[in-house]
Formats: sequence, C-alpha cells, structure tokens
Amino acid sequence: MAQVIGGITTSHIPAIAIAIANKSYDDPYWKPFFDAYPPVHEWLADEKPDVAVVIYNDHGLAFFLDQMPTFAIGAAHEYRNEDEGWGIPTIAPFAGNPLMSWHIIEQMVADEFDITSCQEMAVDHGFTVPMQLFWPDRGPDMPTVIPIVANTVQHPIPTVKRCYDFGRALGKAIRSYPEDVKVVVLGTGGLSHQLDGERAGFINKEFDLMCMEKLVSDPQSLTSITRHELIRQAGTQGSELIMWMMMRGALSDEVTVLNQNYHIPISNTGAGTMLLACND
Amino acid sequence: MPDTIKQSEVADPEPPAIPGTTIFDGRQAMKGYALNKMCYSFNAAAARDDFVADEEAYMAAFGLNEDQKAAVRDRNVLDMIACGGNVYYLAKLAGILGLSVQDIGAQQTGMTTEEFKQKLLGAAR
Repeated sequence: MAQVIGGITTSHIPAIAIAIANKSYDDPYWKPFFDAYPPVHEWLADEKPDVAVVIYNDHGLAFFLDQMPTFAIGAAHEYRNEDEGWGIPTIAPFAGNPLMSWHIIEQMVADEFDITSCQEMAVDHGFTVPMQLFWPDRGPDMPTVIPIVANTVQHPIPTVKRCYDFGRALGKAIRSYPEDVKVVVLGTGGLSHQLDGERAGFINKEFDLMCMEKLVSDPQSLTSITRHELIRQAGTQGSELIMWMMMRGALSDEVTVLNQNYHIPISNTGAGTMLLACND
Repeated sequence: MPDTIKQSEVADPEPPAIPGTTIFDGRQAMKGYALNKMCYSFNAAAARDDFVADEEAYMAAFGLNEDQKAAVRDRNVLDMIACGGNVYYLAKLAGILGLSVQDIGAQQTGMTTEEFKQKLLGAAR
C-alpha cells in the first residue's frame, strides 16, 4: 500500500524562480533563505519518494475567473510550465501519475470532497518553485507528481477547517492506493504577505511563527481561524496558509520536525520552510 | 437552528473592514471582469506585443470601462483595484510596464521603492 512519509512546506514566490535562474544562492539577500534547503535535499536523497503531491494555488495561468474551481486535482500524464507574462524562464515538463491521480479523485469524491479533475493543467510558479527548490538537479530519482490546486484568488475561498479536513481525506485516499509507493506531500505558498492596497507590504512575524508551531503540535486549533481573520492577520495573499493546512491534514497525527526556517523578507513575504516526517 | 450550522463559519455579508485592504470577492470580480480578462491575456507574448503597440485599441477590444481605462493610462494600481482589478492578474500588466511587486507596493503606500524595501526589512524585527 502507499505510504505518506512526510510533508515539506515552502514559500513559492516568483522572485525565487528568478534567483534560481540567476544562481543567487550565496547572495547575502538570498543565502539565509536558500540555506534552509540542503537538509531537505539530503532527506529526499535518503527517502527517495516515488510520488510528490504538490498543493499550491494557481495565480492566473491554468485558471481564470471564467471558471474558478475551489479544489482541482491534476490527472495528466505530463504537466507543462508556461509563460506567465512577466519574465520567469519556463522549465521542462513534469511527469504525472494519472492512475494514482484518478484513485485520489475517486476516493475524495466518495468521501464527499467534490473535485474538479484536470487532464490538462499548465503549472505556474506556485508549482515549479517548490519543485526547483526541493529537486534542483531533477536526477533519476525524480518523483512523479500530482498537483492539487486550491482557490486563493477569488473569495469565497475555502475555509481553513475545510482545507485541513481536505488534507485528512487526501491522506486517507493516498494510503488506500494499492501500489507500494512512498509519497511526500508539499504544502506551498505563504506565509504572511500582502501585495495589494494601502496595506501592501504587511508581514506578521508573530502570527507566522505561531502558525508554524501549531501546524506541528496542534493543527486542529488553527481551524478556528476564520477567513476574514486570516486575511487580517496574514495579509491578502497570506491566505495561502490554507495549502499548508491541506498538507498537514494528509500527514500522521504525530510528526517530527526535521528542519525548519523562517526568514523575512523574501520579496514582500515572510518565507517559511518546514520538513516534517510522519511518525506512523 | 441546528448546532452544526451555528458552529460552522457562515458567510458574513458585512465583516469589519480591514484597513487598506480590498477583499476580492464576487462583487469585485463582477466589476473587474474586463480589466482582469485583459490582464490574463498577457500570459501570451503576442498579446503583450499587441498591447504595447496600441494600448487604447487593446483596452477597447476587451471592453474596459472609462474608469478602468483611466487607471491603466495613469498606471495607478489603487485605482485599478478600485475598478475591480485583482493583483494576480494586474501583476502581468505590471510586468509589461517594468514594475516589480516592490515598485507597486511603493506606489500604493506612497513611498519610494527604496523606502518600501526598508519597510519590508523592518518586518524582521
């Protein structure tokens, strides 16, 4: 049976893609951020997961406001990165795992989470930046991918509680897959940031650190945060915390923190990285 | 009312406002549809070229209203948001105009880009 071995969170800001393209790893601005990733590379090299479930939000590449799914799951053989319009170099496609995608979709809908299934889905920086951060060399051990998109673009976005419950159902769906595959779940985006309005540049270190702590010790307690309160505390784009909640729900109740980092600022954002191993 | 309804988060028609913040909801999405659709088109390089070649014709083709056209002509991000613009799509327009997210942050908060970057660094303390 499939096994969830752990979860990794990271911010997925487009500026990181530019920094990777420019190899700015030792630049004084970037070093405190990139230094969080070698321990993740070592863990992935040891564990060699077969599948990465990548939870992110689309920023206007795959989806527009004409049709905006609340939760979409990719079921494609291949996921292509395409031009987002403002200068991130596009990178090579990623191999999908459509049979496992369909298993997850079927199990999720049976569990009353109604899913938009996507046999074609372009992936933007929300997907590619985490993949580049975690698998910079894209070597022979590169996992196949299953992208999952949550709507953070247009309100009503799903509630924090719904996202955590989604993750619980996702974990159950993964573990019921009959193949012996090792699965890592990526929760991407965040942490606090706001790009728009007179409050642009808002970052809330205290709230971010509280979320990182509770995500490990008591994720259920975060589900009482309303969406409005989340925007107030984390900024308009800080709503991306919901993808971390989806990831956390898919892991075992008890997890071990193998590595974590929090750094301000990367671009306009409080950037968080966590490597969590399942204890079951 | 059953307890399950009371305990869940219900849609609040008038939540307390968050200063300096516009929640991009259905009302904003209706208002800004043409502007956002134009910005979404900028994923394609040919569309970006067409816009640069003739901004007025490009805006007219997407049916922007006069307020939206004026906001684009003025390169004024707060006005674009007031007209229903969503920052994820506006970012694609900002890219054509050569503006980074720090530049548009500075513009919206009435700072220079350098001052805005210092404000971000200050959040670490």
